[in-house]
Amino acid sequence: MARSLSGEVAIVGVGETPVGKVPGKSALWFNAEATRVALADAGLDKSHVDGLLTGTSFVAPFHRMSVAVSEYLGIQPTFSNTLEVSGATAAASIGVAAAAIHAGLAEVVVVCCGDNMLSGMTRDLAVKALVSSRDPQYEAPFGLLVPTTFALTAQRHMHEYGTTREQMAQVAVTMREHARRTPGAQMQAPISVQDVLGSKPVTTPYHVLDCSLVSDGGVAFVLTSAERAREFPKPPVYVLGAGESYTQEHIFCAESLTTTGARISSERAYRMAGVGPADMDVAGIYDCFTGTVVTMVEDLGFCAKGEGGPFVADGQITFGGRIPTNTHGGLLSYCHPGIPGGFFHIAEVVRQLRGEAQGRQVEGARLGLVHSLGGGFATNATIILGTERKA
Amino acid sequence: MSGPKPLPPIDDDTRAWWEGLHRGVLLLQHCRGCGHVQVHQRAMCGRCLGGDLEHCPASGEGTIYSFSTVYRPPSAEFKDDVPYTVVLVELAEGPRMLSTLVDAPPETVRIGQPVQIVYDRVTEAVTLPRFRPLASGAAPP
Repeated sequence: MARSLSGEVAIVGVGETPVGKVPGKSALWFNAEATRVALADAGLDKSHVDGLLTGTSFVAPFHRMSVAVSEYLGIQPTFSNTLEVSGATAAASIGVAAAAIHAGLAEVVVVCCGDNMLSGMTRDLAVKALVSSRDPQYEAPFGLLVPTTFALTAQRHMHEYGTTREQMAQVAVTMREHARRTPGAQMQAPISVQDVLGSKPVTTPYHVLDCSLVSDGGVAFVLTSAERAREFPKPPVYVLGAGESYTQEHIFCAESLTTTGARISSERAYRMAGVGPADMDVAGIYDCFTGTVVTMVEDLGFCAKGEGGPFVADGQITFGGRIPTNTHGGLLSYCHPGIPGGFFHIAEVVRQLRGEAQGRQVEGARLGLVHSLGGGFATNATIILGTERKA
Repeated sequence: MSGPKPLPPIDDDTRAWWEGLHRGVLLLQHCRGCGHVQVHQRAMCGRCLGGDLEHCPASGEGTIYSFSTVYRPPSAEFKDDVPYTVVLVELAEGPRMLSTLVDAPPETVRIGQPVQIVYDRVTEAVTLPRFRPLASGAAPP
């Protein structure tokens, strides 16, 4: 029997700031305010927090972000780190927090992430900041827009499996429908497949409405051991599985553009939890672009390789479908403040498992998956969450 | 235009590669230990970790593995270039590399299309490798 943290740690608090356009606040505030709300949700005073993990900020690039956030909150943790695996930081941070608690490095860990890419920098600067994440020798001189790395994978998926732009566009339409059920979502106006197809091209096959938002926002979680979890006011949500995969740094070094490390990270998470994709009631899947979700529903095991296009087009990722996904509206319509974006998927799955997703609740949801990814599928992390200590 | 485009900050791993390109030669690293061929310049073989690598000229030919035509520039310096097509080229020798196409209208670009390297001298010191469709019949640069 492999060593495992499955069922040993629970999420006992979740908090969010307002999202979308939220001017007049700093990147640190988005971290700290979300943490304040999460602590209130857990009914916990900040003096009990002995660990803090966060991700990086584009607007406020502190060398020690987690330490700066702790200072802002007036806490002095004895376990802290800033994780940096781009989009995958979200799910990865929950795994790291759970491991730290299970190993006895900390008892109460705050995982938070916030940034204000919409109000804290111009759109051009935000795009440029993202470009700076690409390789300065092999990629940047060629005008590689970050979305272009993902566009290259989508183009290849269309070529290998006959996936269509219409099928991918349905992901954007579904996410918008979900956002319309979610109070505070950044985008509320309904859109159609034709709207997506007719929006301005960005980097083919992606047009503006195939691409995620630029937002302000912060989100935080409080985690502690399963033994202590029942002392808290809200129903605990247990970490049942966690897996990661890092397959390459450069897109030109990727072995495949259409089968990704998500297959490895999810297999590890499923195995740790003792479950499979058919057991999942709800999912959060990193939807930085429409086609990303198409590839992910395949690699996460919700449908066979190559069938992601028809799967998303047939309503399988919405209410009543096989796996309701991003019921808050995702990065495409709820918000995408950069690195924090994927953390909102976790918050939504926690709410679904608590039965708190009013107006969009997946009835009886007991098991949920969250998958985060980044860097043109360079980084992948999956977690399995559940309402019981054993799946 | 608003300022120069980003130039590669050449380092000890990549100097020979960039100097080769500037002379009009695409140099791939061949591992004398295990035979692995790599585009990604390293002082060791990415497969066997051996340090005995030889730079050998490549044919400069390959096929388009994937592509994306960029309409929204990543920064103002690229504004006058759009639309331009970013390509992942699978070289005849095996590894892939990232570049942009020249002499190829966006609507004509296809996965699997044969391409040939073009050496684009962008400054006195730097030459960027670009690719041109082989069958397009376009005039030489």
